[in-house]
Amino acid sequence: MTAGPASSNVLEVSDLRVEISTRRGVVHAVDGVSLEVPRGEAVGLVGESGSGKSMTLKAILGVLPPEAKVRAGQIVLDGVDLVPLPTSALNRIRGPKLSMIFQEPMSALNPVMRVGWQIAEGPRVHLGYSRSKAAERAVELMRRVGIPDAERRFRAYPHEFSGGMRQRVMIAIALSCDPEVILCDEPTTALDVTIQDQILRLLHRLCKESGVSLLFVTHDLPVVAQLCQSVAVMYGGQIVEQGAVEQVFAQPCHPYTLGLLRSAPDVEQVRASLVPIPGSPPSLISPPAGCRFHPRCGFAELDCTEQMPELRLLPAGRSTRCLHYERCLEPLTAEGAAR
Amino acid sequence: MSAASLVTVAPERAQARKSGWYRQPALLVGLILLAVILFMVIAAPLLTSYNPVTQDLGATLTGPSAHHLLGTDQLGRDTWSRLLYGGRVDLQVAFIAVLFPFVLGTILGSLAGYFGGWVDLIIMRVVDIVVAFPFYVLIIALVFVLGPGERSIYIAITVVGWVSYARIIRGEILVAKRQEYVLAAQSGGLSNLRIMGRHLLPNVITQAIIYAMSDIVQDILAIVTLSYLGLGIQPPTPDWGSMIANGQNFLTTHWQLTTLPGLAVVVTGLALSLIGDGLADLLRPGQS
Repeated sequence: MTAGPASSNVLEVSDLRVEISTRRGVVHAVDGVSLEVPRGEAVGLVGESGSGKSMTLKAILGVLPPEAKVRAGQIVLDGVDLVPLPTSALNRIRGPKLSMIFQEPMSALNPVMRVGWQIAEGPRVHLGYSRSKAAERAVELMRRVGIPDAERRFRAYPHEFSGGMRQRVMIAIALSCDPEVILCDEPTTALDVTIQDQILRLLHRLCKESGVSLLFVTHDLPVVAQLCQSVAVMYGGQIVEQGAVEQVFAQPCHPYTLGLLRSAPDVEQVRASLVPIPGSPPSLISPPAGCRFHPRCGFAELDCTEQMPELRLLPAGRSTRCLHYERCLEPLTAEGAAR
Repeated sequence: MSAASLVTVAPERAQARKSGWYRQPALLVGLILLAVILFMVIAAPLLTSYNPVTQDLGATLTGPSAHHLLGTDQLGRDTWSRLLYGGRVDLQVAFIAVLFPFVLGTILGSLAGYFGGWVDLIIMRVVDIVVAFPFYVLIIALVFVLGPGERSIYIAITVVGWVSYARIIRGEILVAKRQEYVLAAQSGGLSNLRIMGRHLLPNVITQAIIYAMSDIVQDILAIVTLSYLGLGIQPPTPDWGSMIANGQNFLTTHWQLTTLPGLAVVVTGLALSLIGDGLADLLRPGQS
């Protein structure tokens, strides 16, 4: 109950901690993540596999697997903390206020249910629509997300759709009850590049039209650049850098972000070679002491190994966890000079 | 666009035709046999003019003749007529009896598979207890306690039969609930009841339907067995089990009194088994 309804942030996550108990020990999958999603904006959450980004989304929705638990933190949507809510109360929020688009549109759709009825289900349950009114709503949504011949396709099954069309169906389901925030779990990863672009444009247009906010999880940096206003970079269950998209991508203030940018191809600036990040992500059962990135970091000093750096504020509303972020500024300019 | 979709649709159609139900010989033969049997028992009044319970003590134990197609039994009742009306009773009871365990087992199996934990533990321990007893021992004991008759047959078959459905559905739900569409349904704020009923069950129910086909065979055998023992359908209502029991005293002189109802049971069981096998091949995913 920290934020009043007047707050400009529709979703505020603060100090979220998710632990998964396994036979080998407790995995700190999400370790003190704080995020803000301003009303009507798209926020990107990037990081490599296992950095805790999907777990963050699942924790927000309250659909964590049974072995995972939210240990601490608040998830405030429209002034209401979702963490202590029982499932019955969550079920009145999931759908009408908060919904999700999944990575694999094939497996996220029920194979034996006509897609139209899958879209119509939300309005029937949450908005109390009659069968026919919900069906009308579904057809209207299918048109809005660009499914041609919507009346006929209403009665089709998911396997009769192509990957891109299935993802449009997923988007229609997510939009069906006019939510305030849509969580996107790598919705374009399973699609080929041209379809990916269509889906991103569609999401962008829908956000503009209906003022819905997005929390967009991906490991694809250009996607974030295309769609989002701000970005948070996750590493080892923590946010290591946060800020406006143009600033973070133009001038990263954390060596991990720098590494991500240098390891991704760029159409506009052809580089001689891509630079991979050495090593592999840290174990989240026993993370390295100090900065989680120091074993893979080219700039690491002694103090990086001693204490875990806090997320500290930089000018222009940015923040970083790097103790020596100034060093990130040098190699990029050096590389620019070399070119 | 339309040309492209035509190209992709065409081979799919051909595939569907190849695995159509009429391409399954077992299913086809089973369906034809069952259709003939059902026609005969339903149209019994048209196929015989004799009442199956009317006695004619002047014409007992006659052989096949123009009057009595398959002869008469020791009380002068027409065997052909009793065979038809007996099948009517046995099939009707079997088809009703298979429904109760199907529904009960499906519901309990869904609950156990979906919720897991102590719900699963309790339901599956009860299943273990029921499974620990041999099928016929438990059925006969139950009917004996409840008293002979149709009602007892329904209760006994339900009590013993639901466990198989519960096991099948539980296993299927355990797999299906890990699918992402269940997570998606939860994310959409749907209640557990709705997710089970509208999303999971339609995906797993085919396995229970396939099993129900072979379960009917078992139920018919159980009903005939109980009637043979005098615990099932009570005289004078005709029934294949009691016909076999009554006829066995005359096995050496009038073999048809015992053999024909026995043959009827075998043919009916065969028809239903063939349908069950055919359905399993047809509905089992990933086989074309």
